[in-house]
Order: sequence, then C-alpha cells, then structure tokens
Amino acid sequence: MTPPHESGSRECRELFGRLSEYLDGELDPSLCDETEQHLGECAPCQEFLESLRRTVALLTRLPGEPLPEEMRAAMRQALRRLQEERGLK
Amino acid sequence: MDHPEETHLLQQIQANEPGAFDRFVTLFEDRIYRFGVRMCGQREDARDVLQDTLIQAYVSLKDLRHPEALRSWVYRVAANACLMMRRKGKFEPQREVSLEDLMPRGSDGPRAEIPDPASLPDEELARSELRQAVRAAVEQLPVQYRVVLVLRDMEHLPTAEVAQALDLPESTIKMRLHRARLMVRQSLEATFSGEASAGRRPQ
Repeated sequence: MTPPHESGSRECRELFGRLSEYLDGELDPSLCDETEQHLGECAPCQEFLESLRRTVALLTRLPGEPLPEEMRAAMRQALRRLQEERGLK
Repeated sequence: MDHPEETHLLQQIQANEPGAFDRFVTLFEDRIYRFGVRMCGQREDARDVLQDTLIQAYVSLKDLRHPEALRSWVYRVAANACLMMRRKGKFEPQREVSLEDLMPRGSDGPRAEIPDPASLPDEELARSELRQAVRAAVEQLPVQYRVVLVLRDMEHLPTAEVAQALDLPESTIKMRLHRARLMVRQSLEATFSGEASAGRRPQ
C-alpha cells in the first residue's frame, strides 16, 4: 500500500479519513484533540489539510448560476395555466 | 432544520390560501434552478428539473405530512429529477470510491497551489478559469457523491437535512462528502499543476 506521504504513518492514514469532519467541527472532542496534536507534529498532513480547506472554501463561495428572467417568466406562466386547469389557487 | 416561515407557508398551501403556492415558487425557484445547474451542468436540464419539481410540488405539497421538512422535501424531489435526467444519459456505476485511491501520492516535488479564496476578491473568484475548474471538478464526480457535495457545500444544507433529503444515514452523508471533497481537491490540484507548468517561463 502506498503511504499517504513520505512520513506517512498509521496516524496519518487515520487522520486522512476524518479531515472533513475536523474542518466542519463535527469531530468528537477527544478525536479533535488527537487530530490537532498530530497536525502540530506533521507538516505534510498540515499542508494537505490546508489544500482541502481551500477546496471547501472555493466550493462554498463560488456563486451559482442565476435563473434567467425569460425562463422564470415562462415557468410562472406554465404554472398559472396548470393552476387554472386544476381550478386551484 | 427549523425553518418556521417555510413551515407556515406549507400550512397556508395546505389550507388552499390564495397566493400561497406562488409564494412557494418565489421562495424556491432560484435555488432549485441553481441546484439543477450544479447537478446536471446544463441549463436546459436545470430548466426541466425546475419544471418537474414545481409541478410535483403543486400536486403533492397538500399531502406532505411533515411540514417542518419542506426544504428537504423540495431538494429530494429536485435530486430525483436530476437522477432521472442522468439515467437518460451515460451509465454511472453506484460503487463507493475507496479512500486509499484519494490519498496523496508520495511527495515528488512541490505541490500545486490551490488558490486560497480568503485572499481573493469576489471578482477574482468569479473569473471564468477558476469557476470553470471548480465546475468541471464537480461535474466529474459520480452522481451519488456530487449530490451530497452540492447540497452540503454549495447549497449549505446541514448534514441532517441532506440525510433527510436523500433518505440516507448521516454517516453515509459524511463519508460521501469527505470523498467528494477529496476528489475535487485532487482534480483542482491537477488543474493548477497543469497551469503552473504551462505558465513557467525560462529564466
């Protein structure tokens, strides 16, 4: 099995599996302490965590595609017709 | 998961109050469309997802038994519409991606830098190459990972609401979210390492 990085250890592999929960603040406090201790001692894991944090930040901040106004108007018109057909408000 | 205004709106729809369904449309049409584009990658598909979801809402909201779950119900219907759309397209296997496959390889030289959005102004973040790189990375994800990542990281639903929308345990949502993020990270790293070497100039 390929190690996660040159100084890869069992701890690195275990940490690798829970980095998202760590970033999301969803880790149990005891595992969180363990994770922070390992990160303090392992530069490659720290570097990896930073790249994952940036990835999540990009995903979170990237603006979505706005609904085109002509599509909004057409959709509302179609729904109005459906409401009229069904005789509901 | 507490959205009292949405709960109240659903009660108004169920009581057949005039204008209540229109208010539902106003509240959800933008986010359903945005979700559809993020999931399907095509505006035409997103339009169909929006239309199918709103019609399904019109027909079924009156019978929804848990008014507090309106938002996750909407995303469930929209996600199903996206999945139906995908079935018309290429087949995607429903296997889980192994964590081992996503571990970084041994350090063979300096890593490509993924841009830090904290240091970027909004205009820079919206520049087409960066947007395109992230969109492409998301679109490449197998659909069962993409839906979790889009709902959690891009639509900002909490884990419990995503679990409710997709009818999966929270542990599965967390597992798929992590793997999806790792796949996007890997893909962005590959993109930016390509950009870095393409932009390298001889001294």
